[in-house]
Amino acid sequence: MDKENIIISLQGVSKVFDGTTVVDNFNLDITKGEFVTFLGPSGCGKTTTLRMIAGFELPTSGVILLNGQDISLLPPYKRPINTVFQRYALFAHLNIYNNIAFGLKLKKIPYEVTDKNGNVVTKFRHYTKQEIKEKVERALKVVDLEGFEKRDISTLSGGQQQRIAIARAIVNEPEILLLDEPLGALDLKMRKEMQLELKAMHKKLGITFIYVTHDQEEALTMSDTIVVMNDGEIQQVGKPKEIYDEPNNAFVADFIGESNIYTGTMAKDNKVRFLNKYWDADPVDFGKFPVNEKVDVVVRPEDFILGKEGSGVVDGVVSSKIFKGMHYEYIINVGKSEVIVQSTAELDEGIKVSLKVEPVNIQIMKKPFVSNFYDGYITKDYKVEFANAEFDVDILPLFPGAKINENEVLVDENGNEIDVVDMEINVEVPFEAITISDDPDASDIHGNIISLIYLGDHYEIMVRTEEEEDFILNSPDLWNENDTVSVIIDKSQIHLSRKGVKK
Amino acid sequence: MEAVVRQRRHRFNFRGSLNIPFVVFMIFFVIVPLFLILFYAFTDAEGHFSLRNWADIFSSAEKWKTIGTTFLVAFATTAICLLIAYPIAYILSNKKFNKNKVLVYVFLLPMWVNFVVRTMALKDMLNVAFVTMFKTQLTASYPLLGTIIGMVYDYLPFAILPLYNQMLKMDKNQIEAAADLGANPVRVFYKVIIPMTVPGIISAATMTFMPTMSSYVIAYHMSNAKIPIIGTLIEFYFNTGTGGYNSGAVLSLVMLIIIGFSLVAEKLSDKKDDSRKAGIW
Repeated sequence: MDKENIIISLQGVSKVFDGTTVVDNFNLDITKGEFVTFLGPSGCGKTTTLRMIAGFELPTSGVILLNGQDISLLPPYKRPINTVFQRYALFAHLNIYNNIAFGLKLKKIPYEVTDKNGNVVTKFRHYTKQEIKEKVERALKVVDLEGFEKRDISTLSGGQQQRIAIARAIVNEPEILLLDEPLGALDLKMRKEMQLELKAMHKKLGITFIYVTHDQEEALTMSDTIVVMNDGEIQQVGKPKEIYDEPNNAFVADFIGESNIYTGTMAKDNKVRFLNKYWDADPVDFGKFPVNEKVDVVVRPEDFILGKEGSGVVDGVVSSKIFKGMHYEYIINVGKSEVIVQSTAELDEGIKVSLKVEPVNIQIMKKPFVSNFYDGYITKDYKVEFANAEFDVDILPLFPGAKINENEVLVDENGNEIDVVDMEINVEVPFEAITISDDPDASDIHGNIISLIYLGDHYEIMVRTEEEEDFILNSPDLWNENDTVSVIIDKSQIHLSRKGVKK
Repeated sequence: MEAVVRQRRHRFNFRGSLNIPFVVFMIFFVIVPLFLILFYAFTDAEGHFSLRNWADIFSSAEKWKTIGTTFLVAFATTAICLLIAYPIAYILSNKKFNKNKVLVYVFLLPMWVNFVVRTMALKDMLNVAFVTMFKTQLTASYPLLGTIIGMVYDYLPFAILPLYNQMLKMDKNQIEAAADLGANPVRVFYKVIIPMTVPGIISAATMTFMPTMSSYVIAYHMSNAKIPIIGTLIEFYFNTGTGGYNSGAVLSLVMLIIIGFSLVAEKLSDKKDDSRKAGIW
């Protein structure tokens, strides 16, 4: 990226609210004139990031550079940045003209005069009434609401109010325009129209747009660059097509468009095994993963090629068929797994088909998590505490040769007591050791489901407790996001290791 | 069909009947007393029609002075209450300072104490303080000041509550939008926050202006009975024998009209604000 053209740069920006990290080490450079979209589910930190750029929130750490100057701590009214708010936030006590002129009336513009000593001095003045009038008219023209000056805010429809909110922001000719889910409150048809209009406006004005949305289609339609966020962290930055075709991880694949996601295993000869078959892997993934490594495999529904039974890599049965206008969407059962396939060919339910995929269309991604790891410590009755719960796990394997004597004290082979109380240890809990239940009495650990990804025959679920401990597990059942569940851990599968001791 | 209609027409209207207690209440406690006031105001002690009561009151410079003092006290109290209540309400409405709304109750708690007890206690406390500091009693030496302090103290919660409620409803986005458009905190305050809280300001003003106009206990105690206001006069007339009811009724009517006017004026300014500019009044 051209360093000269970077208008805003976020470097290591983090935001912590009451001990909860909302934005975590956010690094991003945005070029002048770019249309950048922060995309992610609610609570992923995208709005907080936008608010830090606007100045409504101050970063807990990190810096925000605007044209190379640190603006991290500058109050919003001193930043050459304007915002279009989700709920418009128009001033109810002002008419449309005064709403749009609000910023102009406050603005001071520099001009140069030569004083009596012949020096050129920079002075500041306000815009004249005529200048303001012209600018307001021009802004109204851009949003297609000419002649609305005298109207009252309450007489406008939602879409018109949104246009006024945009006019009020762009009339100040900001260097960056921030848009916080501006179309969220509009109906579908209006939203589609406004998407195109916003894109056209961006082209015409040449201002840098930073747009926040949870709607992946909106992001794909409008943006030059999409920043996919989850859980306060950037998952992927790229052009819409890159993000769709080459998702970085299962989260991005699942969030952008429809996908089939499976847990696969790398095999020899550049093959990957999933759906119980070996498939030819994309040549670009050659050598990226060691053999036998577990990976996430993503295939878009439109990338499966249907064929006669036995002609492809794997056979399955068509279990459902939905007409979607341009194509049919089939669910095909392969063993215990489901495959979503889009095809223009018409097939009947119940018939056997074969599936194959061009190697380039198989996306192989590193699994972000392969197991759960926690920091734990040993309690005074030789139990293990982690994630704010106590477990009766045998700690003897941690200390070769040690045993518990008749006084219930841990001693080494020479009979000397080993002081292990409060000793910090590593705890590993494999996915398989965890189950969840909606019975609140089933365990002492309770949390909310913060994400679930369908992996063909089961869901990969992430549960977060109030203390911000995460548990990742596999479940055959469909749960709902935000469900409160009890986390049950099979203690026989908990694996302990001592800190700093390499095996 | 016709039978059904007829049956309907004759059926006892239960919902309508729910109004009966209200109507009875209004007749006995609002309409009848109003007519009684009117009757007394326009008759003499023998019950004959007369305008003498009016002439007596409005020809007396002393009565005019009383009405003037009443206005002065009411306006001063309202203004001071607003000035004190506004920042308090603003702080209370901020969740950062007032997490469990406990602070609101702290400010409203004085209302739980009996009005007269509260006023007497305030009087004694202020007098002790003034004697130690200025060697003179507040209520004896500065009766007008004492009256206003007493009124402000007693009616402040009535100003805080409507302002607080209004500020809870404030659109925080508009405040942010103003800052975003280049308004510094001072400008945000008078260009956005004040216009947004106009309805609260109006009801706070009404809630303090009306009772100060009609109260007399506070003025009586806080001025050692030196500052007569309309309420004091009315009380005096109704407690004296022959003819007192008639003059008292005239003053009651005058007060009613003043309060009525103030309500209408506030309604009008409210309406104007809805549709037009940002000014407070």
